[in-house]
Amino acid sequence: MRTLIYLVIGILFGITMFKSEAASWFRIYEMFKFESFHMYGIIGSALVIGIIVVQSIKRFKIKSFYGERIHFNPKTKSFSRYMFGGIIFGLGWALAGACPGPMFTLVGAGYVPILIVIAASIVGTFLYGLFKDKLPH
Amino acid sequence: MNWIYEPWPWYVSGPMIAFIMFLLLMVGKNFGMSANLRTMCTICGASNKADFFKFDWRSQKWNLIVILGAVIGGFIGSHFLTADMAVAINPDTISDLNELGFNSAGKSYLPTELFEMESLLSLKTILVLAIGGLLVGFGARYAGGCTSGHAISGLSDLQLPSLIAVIGFFIGGLTMIHFLFPLIF
Repeated sequence: MRTLIYLVIGILFGITMFKSEAASWFRIYEMFKFESFHMYGIIGSALVIGIIVVQSIKRFKIKSFYGERIHFNPKTKSFSRYMFGGIIFGLGWALAGACPGPMFTLVGAGYVPILIVIAASIVGTFLYGLFKDKLPH
Repeated sequence: MNWIYEPWPWYVSGPMIAFIMFLLLMVGKNFGMSANLRTMCTICGASNKADFFKFDWRSQKWNLIVILGAVIGGFIGSHFLTADMAVAINPDTISDLNELGFNSAGKSYLPTELFEMESLLSLKTILVLAIGGLLVGFGARYAGGCTSGHAISGLSDLQLPSLIAVIGFFIGGLTMIHFLFPLIF
């Protein structure tokens, strides 16, 4: 049953990524050119509602559908890992035009070359794991 | 019923993303897609090479199912809910892209120059896709999250680290498109 719920949430997410055009390389390029409000509207409105949702859950101690406490994982304090990691991610996001959610949506939409991006992103994650201890965090 | 084939405006898409994050929270999970890349490394046996991959990947099975759903959602969205695949980007953006050699700008969902099967005959295209993916995977894990984990989940939780990461995303993205694109394309 829970498996089915996760699958339905994923399908909803995939349809949203495709229909919002957030999975389009062109929209990412246009966003970084500041030539359209579209992507900023998507992220901005998701964020405003997201803040209201998360802060309400915390304030009113809202329980999950299963009656459990909802956990938020505070990120560890640091500057360098978020800044350097963020810049590296941003370079790749703009070049490949896809982030880790939409790249899977594009597989379903039938774009075979996106599999190269996915395979390379798995290799990139592996390289981070290998060199993690040598990087400033 | 033609509206169903139209692209979703931002004020439908953004709230939908927030709704998806809400649903995941309400089933006791967190919205973060790049964690799946680490799980895939572990499944491929990466835990023999680095401790970073030593964890019970079954605890992340739910997230792999979400990503499988995202694949199915992409299929449904493109095959049943879209008539015209062209993305109506700004005409100025189209002329910029035409100058860079992307003639498919404004005519397709993804640039055919990078995402058509024939484009894989070019070594440069393969390199662009592979380097892009490599940076996304490495950067997402180094920063501890991607667009969903930081820009949506982290910022909704008012986390300062996520704000730093998102500023980093933009420094990287702006550098790539304004300074490196003219050199690459």
